[in-house]
Amino acid sequence: MADIAVDIAELANRRRLCVRASLSRRHLIERLFRAGGLTAIVIALGLVATLFGMMASKGAPAFMQATLSLDVTFDPAVITVAPPPARAAGQSEADYRAAMLVWQRQVTLANWSAIVETAVRNAAPPGFEIDRRGALALVETNERHRLRDMFVADPGLLGQTVRVDMLASANTDNWLKGTINRALPDSRQQLSRQTRTLADTLLAEGKIRFAFAWHLFTNTDSRSAPAAAGLAGAFVGSLYMMLIVIALAVPIGVASAIYLEEFAPRHRVTDLIEVNINNLAAVPSIVFGLLGAAVFIRYFGLPMSAPVVGGLVLTLMTLPTIIIATRSALRAVPLSLRQAALAVGASPTQTVFHHVLPVTFPAILTSAIIGVAQALGETAPLLLIGMNAFVASIPATPFDQSSALPAQIYLWQGNENRNFFEARTSAAIMVLLGLMITLNALAIFLRTRLERRV
Amino acid sequence: MTVSIPPDNTGAPHAPVSASAAGPAYGETVRTPDTVPRDVRLRARHVDVFYGDKQALFDVSLDIPEKAVTSLIGPSGCGKTTFLRCVNRMNDTIEDCRVTGEITLDGQNIYDPSLDVVELRSRVGMVFQKPNPFPKSVYENVAYGPRIHGLARSRAELEDIVVASLRRAGLWEEVKDRLREPGTGLSGGQQQRLCIARAIAVSPEVILMDEPCSALDPIATAVIEELIDELRLLYTIIIVTHSMQQAARVSQRTAFFHLGRLVEEGPTEVILRHPQAKKTQDYITGRIG
Amino acid sequence: MIPLLVAALLLVLMGIAYTQGFSRSRAIAATGVRLHSRPAYHGSLVAIRCLLPALLVLGLWVLFGPGMTRAFIVAQLPPDVAALDEPAFLTAVRRIEAIASGFGVAGQVQPYEAAAGEAVRRFHTFALLVVMAAAAGVGILGLLAALRRISPTLRARNKVESVVRVLLLACSALAILTTVGIVVSLFNEAFRFFSFVAPADFFFGTVWNPGFATTGTAAIGEYGLLPLLWGTVMIAIIAMLVAIPVGLMTAIYLSQYASARLRNVAKPIVEVLAGIPTIVYGFFALVTVGPFLSDTGAAIGLDIRATSALTAGLVMGIMIIPFVSSLSDDIMRQVPLSLRDGSLGLGATESETIRRVLLPAALPGIVGALLLAISRAIGETMIVVLAAGNSPVLRFNPAEPVSTITVTIVNQLTGDADFAGPQSLVAFALGLTLFVMTLLLNMVALYIVRRFREQYE
Repeated sequence: MADIAVDIAELANRRRLCVRASLSRRHLIERLFRAGGLTAIVIALGLVATLFGMMASKGAPAFMQATLSLDVTFDPAVITVAPPPARAAGQSEADYRAAMLVWQRQVTLANWSAIVETAVRNAAPPGFEIDRRGALALVETNERHRLRDMFVADPGLLGQTVRVDMLASANTDNWLKGTINRALPDSRQQLSRQTRTLADTLLAEGKIRFAFAWHLFTNTDSRSAPAAAGLAGAFVGSLYMMLIVIALAVPIGVASAIYLEEFAPRHRVTDLIEVNINNLAAVPSIVFGLLGAAVFIRYFGLPMSAPVVGGLVLTLMTLPTIIIATRSALRAVPLSLRQAALAVGASPTQTVFHHVLPVTFPAILTSAIIGVAQALGETAPLLLIGMNAFVASIPATPFDQSSALPAQIYLWQGNENRNFFEARTSAAIMVLLGLMITLNALAIFLRTRLERRV
Repeated sequence: MTVSIPPDNTGAPHAPVSASAAGPAYGETVRTPDTVPRDVRLRARHVDVFYGDKQALFDVSLDIPEKAVTSLIGPSGCGKTTFLRCVNRMNDTIEDCRVTGEITLDGQNIYDPSLDVVELRSRVGMVFQKPNPFPKSVYENVAYGPRIHGLARSRAELEDIVVASLRRAGLWEEVKDRLREPGTGLSGGQQQRLCIARAIAVSPEVILMDEPCSALDPIATAVIEELIDELRLLYTIIIVTHSMQQAARVSQRTAFFHLGRLVEEGPTEVILRHPQAKKTQDYITGRIG
Repeated sequence: MIPLLVAALLLVLMGIAYTQGFSRSRAIAATGVRLHSRPAYHGSLVAIRCLLPALLVLGLWVLFGPGMTRAFIVAQLPPDVAALDEPAFLTAVRRIEAIASGFGVAGQVQPYEAAAGEAVRRFHTFALLVVMAAAAGVGILGLLAALRRISPTLRARNKVESVVRVLLLACSALAILTTVGIVVSLFNEAFRFFSFVAPADFFFGTVWNPGFATTGTAAIGEYGLLPLLWGTVMIAIIAMLVAIPVGLMTAIYLSQYASARLRNVAKPIVEVLAGIPTIVYGFFALVTVGPFLSDTGAAIGLDIRATSALTAGLVMGIMIIPFVSSLSDDIMRQVPLSLRDGSLGLGATESETIRRVLLPAALPGIVGALLLAISRAIGETMIVVLAAGNSPVLRFNPAEPVSTITVTIVNQLTGDADFAGPQSLVAFALGLTLFVMTLLLNMVALYIVRRFREQYE
């Protein structure tokens, strides 16, 4: 016995030496490992910062756009049209509209470019030489349509001079912001030398200033007038889709989660549904796009590029997420609560609807909001159902052609006027990210708020 | 491997000594010294432990005798496990846990910043409440400690350590044909002995056991208790137990904790048969606990 | 207007039915008899039995109504108009519909048009009245029948509850229906594609060069999957090379080392990466990462294209980091704390404990998580559409542009709705390939993860 005791003491001694010898190496490895982990976190956080920083720095300038304040004269010598038709007694609505259209066409045929040109020349310093194209290149092309619309809305403007804020063209905006290399030779500049000089002069005189780009939110997409392109159509398209997702995915998702978690007997079929839902959650989104194209558009004959199809596709895509989240929320409700309800004679259905659901409400709400936020940013399936088509109007119903926020971003990033649309796209991304962050913050806020009360 | 058990040197009748008369003058603890003097290399002095704002241990001072089993008893939540985990600084792994006072091993404060916790834990091994073999083979479980500390220079040496540890833990005969099978496949009692073997493989000087039998059936418990009794000849053992019977069966000295305070300590015989403090009496007779 | 009327009718019916059922059962209860179900359930049951037949009638009208209206209009047309060719005929019908709606038409109204318009208008009114009356009639019949069945022993609650359950079941069946829809539509269109191109040429072809749809059927082009598959795999590999170390180390640091404060700040921020739409990553790759890589390459003498497998893979890796880290974090959390204690108690350092005990114990689960991440990388679309360069050629240099399955699906299908030729149908064959690949990965991954969870439960 004593031998063993001696043996042990000796072993302990040896161990002490071995451990001492290994310590510095092991602590070095420990420090390296820890540094590796810290590096990984710094990388991950740095990436978030880079991404947001890049979007913000590129996108922020797009929110302020070069705007000209010009005195516009609605010159009767240029606008030579008859007064607008009045609705005669007994005239059908259709006939009146036709007459109105004829008049409006005449108004459109007036030389609005000349009016814009004159306004620009009047703003230029006395004696400044500039040709017609050069003067017009300063102002975005949609502004002459805006002048026409102003006149159609108020024919009394004829002969008057009004101060109008007009958007500078995208090229002017680029030049003034320096998003285009100002040192490039004339041959490679989009604007003539005169136009560039005039733009600089007007900016110095305060007749051009950078104003907040409200039209980014109120205008629809535009190809001919890139500076006036806005997100309104995409907003409404996305809004329709989100409403559809909220109206369909949330109730259906919660209902099926309730069924699967609370009522479904455990057998093959429910196992199958379970595996199926888990797999659906991981099916690539583009496959849902294919489903939408084949089933909703080709088989059911729903229109291409319509928010209703987008909404349905996103609904199917969001369902598994909501089902899984709701189920885990339901699972977290302690058995004792159910047993307490059942013990006083409530039926299983009453137990679920009166006792279990109210407790899980915050969690379900949160998962629903997060699911909707996810659907809001989804792009790939929309491309396959034609929502990346160019649409220059706000959809009146979910069945009309429309774009959506992410699809609009996709369209803009591919625009040929790179210099201008890089900022524009970043701005749209900022808007999209802002919406998503708001939704997520709302989810977090509601969860903390409601959970405290329950 | 069998080890003959020498006569218990605490068996002699005790003359109850009151703390004020003979005990050292620290703390409010009632202390009864051993009749046979023992070496003491592990001492705790004025140990306070806080979890955040909550104090879990109050001014605990305790000497742990060499090559003997000391059991810590008391109702649940009394701080006995907390004290145990202080001895190899396992409390470090708990966030916002703070320890003051000092615990010395061979005269060195183990909470001294210059002390390496890795080295400390290689000297003070630990066996946990629930058997926790790693999800590796039986062999790899035992070889783990020697491997990380670099105790074996060759594969043969490592194998020797593993076999010796398994023998010492009384597990060798049962697992010698299953060394490559997962340690998690053993029975509960075998798993716990595997964990003991794993701790022994590092040749620690002190072994801490945190209710090692609480998850086991009575037969497995008896086997482990027998093993502890054998191991006490080689190692200094501290065991936390909720069972006074177990304390009586395996330990030579006993410390009774209550509400974070060390109420009484002394030879097991004294604590369980002739407790001096009122609280100890209440606990022994089942009035508190 | 009409939908509002119908909704109002249904609401009124429902209200009447509910109150009738409620008061009838309440009246029975007032006589001292003990009802099986509370009056509210009786009311609901009566409402259900009243609404179902009414909805049935309305549903039939929605299905067959337009056809009947159309037939009526056609019957009003004079024979010479009915014999017109398709577009002129449709114009005539549309004019009559416009007159009937009261909006009127521009131009001269033919006498027959006015007459037909008037007839159609009357038909509309008549049909609406008939349908509403029929719906209300059957609804009331159902209501009366249901009322008569109210008795103390009627298990109204159970019946209402089983209706609720059937509704719930129908909702969860929608998930199955979606899968069936995916499988059927993909198979259906893919089979049509394989009638143009032999499956072997598709699956083992090394050249991707589809002809343009407008050049006719003579040259349908070559549809070899392998260049796309390789592009997909290469990008997924690059993405995982980025995501695995960063994601795993992030998870390890946050779960094992970080203080509670750092964890509470860093974890949500990393998860922000997961919520960013993929189009944003694509744009990031296109305007920031691509040029950066290409400039860096030029600086050290490497020829790296701005849109390449490397760019797309790198950014996709960034996208997957939070996915890997939060899944691994979940998995490592499942490993019992006692294993960590056991290892630390033996004197192992933290990193030894992590590398030698925790990671091996969590390995199966982490492998499952990584498979899920790979499946996500394979199915990711927008990043590769914008940043991979869209060059469907078999290349092994990651600095060159490539194309992937998802990119090609988008290219082949965008803006085409009739799916007549192999040019657009191939998208479905590609989609099927993608679906099967990700499905297999997911099934294996989910199986592994589930087995892993059970091990520690």
